[in-house]
Amino acid sequence: MHPAPSVIIFTTLSGLGFGLLFFLGLGFPAVSGWIAFVFFAIAYGMAVGGLMASTFHLGHPERALKAFTQWKTSWLSREGWCAVLALIVMGLYAIGAVFLGQVWSLLGWIGALFSLATVFTTSMIYTQLKTIPRWNMNLTPVMFLSFSLAGGALLAGQTSAALPLLLIAALVQMLYWRKGDQALASSGTDLGTATGLGARGTVRAFEPPHTGTNYLLREFVHVVGRKHAEKLRVISFVLAFVLPVLLLVLPFNHFFALLAVASHLAGVATSRWLFFAQAEHVVGLYYGKR
Amino acid sequence: MTQLPNSTDRKMGLVIDLDTCVGCHACVISCKGWNTENYGAPLSDQDAYGGNPSGTFLNRVHSYEVQPADGHAQLIHFPKSCLHCEDAPCVTVCPTGASYKRVEDGIVLVNESDCIGCGLCAWSCPYGARELDVTEGVMKKCTLCVDRIYNENLPEVDRIPSCVRTCPAGARHFGDLGDPDSDVSKLVAERGGMDLMPEMGTKPVNKYLPPRPKDTIEEQIDILAPLLAPVAEEPKGFLGWLDKTLEKL
Amino acid sequence: MSFRYNRQDPPMTHQQPILDTSPKISDEVRKTTCYMCACRCGINVHMKDGKVAYIEGNRDHPVNKGVLCAKGSAGIMQVNAPSRLRKPLKRVGPRGSGEFREIEWDEALSTAVGWLNELHETAPQKLAFFTGRDQSQSFTSFWAQNFGTPNYAAHGGFCSVNMAAGGIYTMGGAFWEFGQPDWDHTKLFMLFGVAEDHDSNPIKMGIGKIKARGARVIGVNPIRSGYNAVADDWVGITPGTDGLFILSLIHVLMKAGKIDLDYLSRYTNAPVLVNAAEGPEKGLFLRDADGKPLVIDRVTGELTAFDKPGVRPDMSATYEKDGVTHRPVFHLMAEKYLSDEHTPEAVAERCGIPAKRIRAIAAEIARVAFDEAIELDQEWTDFRGEKHSKMVGRPVSFHSMRGISAHANGFQTCRALHVLQILLGTVEVPGGFRFKPPYPKPVEAHPTPHGDRRPGRPLNGPHLGFPRGPEDLLLDEEGNPQRIDKAFTWENPMSAHGLMHMVISNAAAGDPYKIDTLFMYMANMSWNSSMNTKGVMEMLTAKTEDGKYVIPHIIYSDAYSSEMVAYADLILPDTTYLERHDCISLLDRPICEADAAADAIRWPVIEPDRDVRGFQSVLVELANRMSLPGFTNEDGTAKWKDYADYIVNHERRPGIGPLAGFRGPDGDKEGRGEVNPDQLNRYIENGGFYVAHIPEGADYYKPWNTAYQDWAVGMGIYDSPQPYLFQLYSEPMRRFQLAAEGHGDRQPPEHLRQRIKDTMDPLPIWYETDQQGNEGFTVNALTQRPMAMYHSWGTQNAWLRQLHGRNPLYVPTKLMREHNLKDGDWAKVSSPHGEITVPVMEMSALNDNTVWTWNAIGKRKGTWALQDDAPEATKGFLLNHLIHELMPPKDDGMRWANSDPITGQAAWFDLKVKIEKADAPADAQSQPNFDPIKSPVGTGPENLAWKVGK
Repeated sequence: MHPAPSVIIFTTLSGLGFGLLFFLGLGFPAVSGWIAFVFFAIAYGMAVGGLMASTFHLGHPERALKAFTQWKTSWLSREGWCAVLALIVMGLYAIGAVFLGQVWSLLGWIGALFSLATVFTTSMIYTQLKTIPRWNMNLTPVMFLSFSLAGGALLAGQTSAALPLLLIAALVQMLYWRKGDQALASSGTDLGTATGLGARGTVRAFEPPHTGTNYLLREFVHVVGRKHAEKLRVISFVLAFVLPVLLLVLPFNHFFALLAVASHLAGVATSRWLFFAQAEHVVGLYYGKR
Repeated sequence: MTQLPNSTDRKMGLVIDLDTCVGCHACVISCKGWNTENYGAPLSDQDAYGGNPSGTFLNRVHSYEVQPADGHAQLIHFPKSCLHCEDAPCVTVCPTGASYKRVEDGIVLVNESDCIGCGLCAWSCPYGARELDVTEGVMKKCTLCVDRIYNENLPEVDRIPSCVRTCPAGARHFGDLGDPDSDVSKLVAERGGMDLMPEMGTKPVNKYLPPRPKDTIEEQIDILAPLLAPVAEEPKGFLGWLDKTLEKL
Repeated sequence: MSFRYNRQDPPMTHQQPILDTSPKISDEVRKTTCYMCACRCGINVHMKDGKVAYIEGNRDHPVNKGVLCAKGSAGIMQVNAPSRLRKPLKRVGPRGSGEFREIEWDEALSTAVGWLNELHETAPQKLAFFTGRDQSQSFTSFWAQNFGTPNYAAHGGFCSVNMAAGGIYTMGGAFWEFGQPDWDHTKLFMLFGVAEDHDSNPIKMGIGKIKARGARVIGVNPIRSGYNAVADDWVGITPGTDGLFILSLIHVLMKAGKIDLDYLSRYTNAPVLVNAAEGPEKGLFLRDADGKPLVIDRVTGELTAFDKPGVRPDMSATYEKDGVTHRPVFHLMAEKYLSDEHTPEAVAERCGIPAKRIRAIAAEIARVAFDEAIELDQEWTDFRGEKHSKMVGRPVSFHSMRGISAHANGFQTCRALHVLQILLGTVEVPGGFRFKPPYPKPVEAHPTPHGDRRPGRPLNGPHLGFPRGPEDLLLDEEGNPQRIDKAFTWENPMSAHGLMHMVISNAAAGDPYKIDTLFMYMANMSWNSSMNTKGVMEMLTAKTEDGKYVIPHIIYSDAYSSEMVAYADLILPDTTYLERHDCISLLDRPICEADAAADAIRWPVIEPDRDVRGFQSVLVELANRMSLPGFTNEDGTAKWKDYADYIVNHERRPGIGPLAGFRGPDGDKEGRGEVNPDQLNRYIENGGFYVAHIPEGADYYKPWNTAYQDWAVGMGIYDSPQPYLFQLYSEPMRRFQLAAEGHGDRQPPEHLRQRIKDTMDPLPIWYETDQQGNEGFTVNALTQRPMAMYHSWGTQNAWLRQLHGRNPLYVPTKLMREHNLKDGDWAKVSSPHGEITVPVMEMSALNDNTVWTWNAIGKRKGTWALQDDAPEATKGFLLNHLIHELMPPKDDGMRWANSDPITGQAAWFDLKVKIEKADAPADAQSQPNFDPIKSPVGTGPENLAWKVGK
């Protein structure tokens, strides 16, 4: 898949933003006044910024509101609803915390739930796609959620929660990569089933339909060199998990904490780049590509 | 809308004969011409006369080489457009309801005025049947020429998709695949029509007729050989045979 | 939301918008004829607001019956192409630069007349007028004839003259526009050397039709693409060995007696007696006092004219006279083809086809021809007056084209294929091959060539024709060629289509003489239509010592900014095909079907939005300004004001004009009839064409069927019935051989004597083509055009160029491995003549020792309104750079033409190359890479979102 910056920014930032909102909704940290304002500002900045970024790739962003209509079947529509509900509920909760010094816990819990639900629905947009075996795995929502929670805990300064959550996310990440690398091969879909000609012999794509490129190739076929990908995985893993964990186990220091957050953010962004760039859409088979 | 109808009255679709398609691209261009001028926005082309021309097409003809275990490699031309699936994932993923499957004939369409151009339907389609038009920012796909097949401004014989009408080799057939007695259904039954990527569970309406077995003539030599029994080994004997045979005429 | 919902849908969960499923299609449909290739299909042009909105096939049209190929459907992009020339151009920079000044038509025409008129009056041969993809040859040749130059031809010489001439000399017609398989009845269809091209829609329709019936298709072609991809059996033959394969099939079939003796004895010259007496008549037919070939009547045992009523010609008996035994043709054939040199085992290795496979194919042919013979209950009467109660058919049909003809042994190979069909008795019978009017037409009904030079007067006959012997060669008193292309000389005696590919090199060399003006139409000679492209560019720009161009004047007409434009001094911009009048005439290459005579027109369905004129109308204007005979009334006034006027009012013979339909004052006569001033309107009302059906009972056995012969006379196809025998044995060829053996006044030059003896065998033979200089070059290299571009100049077409924007060299798997190549690598491909460096792509369904590419995808920078980074100009390439119009020098230093020694057909497909892996060129561009030409039309727009209606 084409690793479009808009979707990478979207999933990275909104994942972290809603992760932070989750913890804020549960009252971790229990903040109020200006401190609460800063936390909520960061969370909203990330969540809303991510959502805004996601509209950049739309052909008609001005029609985006129509996307709320199809919640019965569409994960994208559901995501929109969850995000809006999470932001509204958490907004009310934030007003209480920042301006009124009130902690409306029930609202916070509901908001936290919607925040997590948003991340889950986002992940389901990808998970539901049978056409992309690497995404069409149970591990995909687990990965999105574990990343969101770990990042949220980190941003919320919940070191004791962040450490195990980071370790869990790291484990999920490794499993995801391992399983993902075999996903296409074990999906049972190949050029033989794509063309129905597999029983006749070895099928090889000959001339493409057009000598030039097209939307499908631009959107779905992105080849990352294996060595390049392995390097990026190491970088991503170190930045997202290894470095933050190391920084967290060191004696607390605001600079280290900031560094841990920045490192995690960069690592998750790299992981998301790989998430898209390495995802093989079965359409590529028709073009003899993956 | 975004929910699929429980069932459709008919299952209109195409049957594509891989045994006959010569790969001429007539259907590709006829489709481009009709759908540029008709349903929805024109199919645009970027860098039309430049270094990297790329346009929107609703139908493209691939080609594949198949190397059997024994014998010559075969070349198979492979036209591909929307298969108008019964369980069309492109419809259910659509957040706006722009993508829908028609109740009356099962045609999958995009209502362009509702399309936000998110591309998710194209992501969900295993066949590459949908292309986002760069100029218009909306998703384009095969309409099965919904603006031809019922069009009372066309003579009845022309109420078929433009790709079918133009196909010189007659490799494309159009009809109701939900009706077992239709010509297309019979063709599918006779020739073992197949689904593409059945494992995707999309239940495509369009079917592909597989190529007939190829390069079998040598295997028939035992049956054919007696036909070649010489009438004589030497030219002289041949002329004797000639005389005798002429006598019988 | 902008639409309403259909509330009647039962499931609450499903809602859908209401669509207008009956939108208006167009304001008007204008029916004309496509010009994207030589198929000439009928098209419906849908108009909206006076503009072309959509093009589809015309269902009523005899050629395409509604279907239309990619090119035809992309016509809208051709009519609106940014590469269209806009105004007459006069060259201001050096030739080849592309620097022009736009001029008015009056200046353009007076410039042309200034050059031409003096030539017409003093030395007409100094004009060489050659047309490329011309579909008006009966008119352009008429113009050239009246100008008086012998130097006229179209592009047949570098296309398929071997097939056309091989067919005419053998059976009075060939494939494609001459005839077609009987698609309705054939059960086995065998296709030789037809790539994606020629007769494209009818072949596709036919293949589709017979495959739907389950009939078998056998494809013989080194490349398994296109039609060969759908063939049930593919024979990946070694290029240039088709003749060897066919003669082996003949061997096996004859030996097994699987030939149609009845057919051969009645309708062919198999029983005709061949003079065996030593002397100048040896090998010619025994003839009676009226010149009729003699046979022995099986009933009486007497020597008899072949066509005497009631005669039963004997293929077996011989005739003794003066101690000499004269034998019938069939004896000679038995002797030749039953010999062991033609066994499958003897040819298998050279052909690259296992002997078992050759036998299997022969057996299958025999099975279908004889065990599955068909009979139609249809009475008919043959030319000897014999009545037949049935029409017997042998449902095996063949089709072939350039693949077997573009070799230096192509003429004999084409003859061999025709002889194979005839031996099976499958020509003009149900299920076999059928002629399309005006064919069948024997050699005798065709003209001989004419090439005198008479200042101020027309040529004394048509330029092109079919020589019957040395007396018809176009040689002057000194034995020098009369034509600039040396057609109809000892180098290529039967060059029935001329040799367009030799014109520029001969003119540049002043051999056989210098010319003053080269006038060309739709012929991209400085690019893909020439061998030795770079050399041709140099010839076109070569200067004499005093700084003048060796070819002093070049006039070129084209609708588009092609590569050739830059090399002309004066450009006469043509219209596109929807802006012009044309006629696809029975006098030329009509659109007939086996069941009907048919012709068609083009008419301006839109008016040009540029200052351009139809080329044929420009020719009329030029002729009028020069008062050319034929174009001028006795009182000195012009006969016609433009081409449309000519189409309607010209009469070739009394009552016979360019169009056969709607003749006579009331438009109710067909074939013959007075001029009808309303004729074009009648054609337009009828969909742009006219069909005259052949009556039932006249539609098979046409060469011998009195009902057909009488119908053809009525239609004006012949002036009297022309029944004839198929010429298994070609007497005209024997006449050239006799000359080479020393008989007669006209003698070939010594250096050609042996070659003529060897190659002009009156019975089909196969010989290896000249391999001198090919040492080390062992791989065959071929080109073909993709179906979506065949014969059309599609690279400028915004839709078609997306299909084929660049061309790799396709290399068989075996050679890929041998040279350690993978897709996208580059290879240096060299021949004795030159080298190119190009990207490669693997292909398995390909002869193991053959590489190929799509022809004419590669374009020169600055042409066709493409941007300089267009893949056509950077990655695309031509194989032409590897091919020379001359062979490497012989021991005596002479260079022979790279052509068939009989017809002069350009031997494109004899090319042998060597391939080596190469580094990608520094700029990743195919080599050679030429300097850009300055575009006279700029470049096209960035993006297109084409919609005419609202």
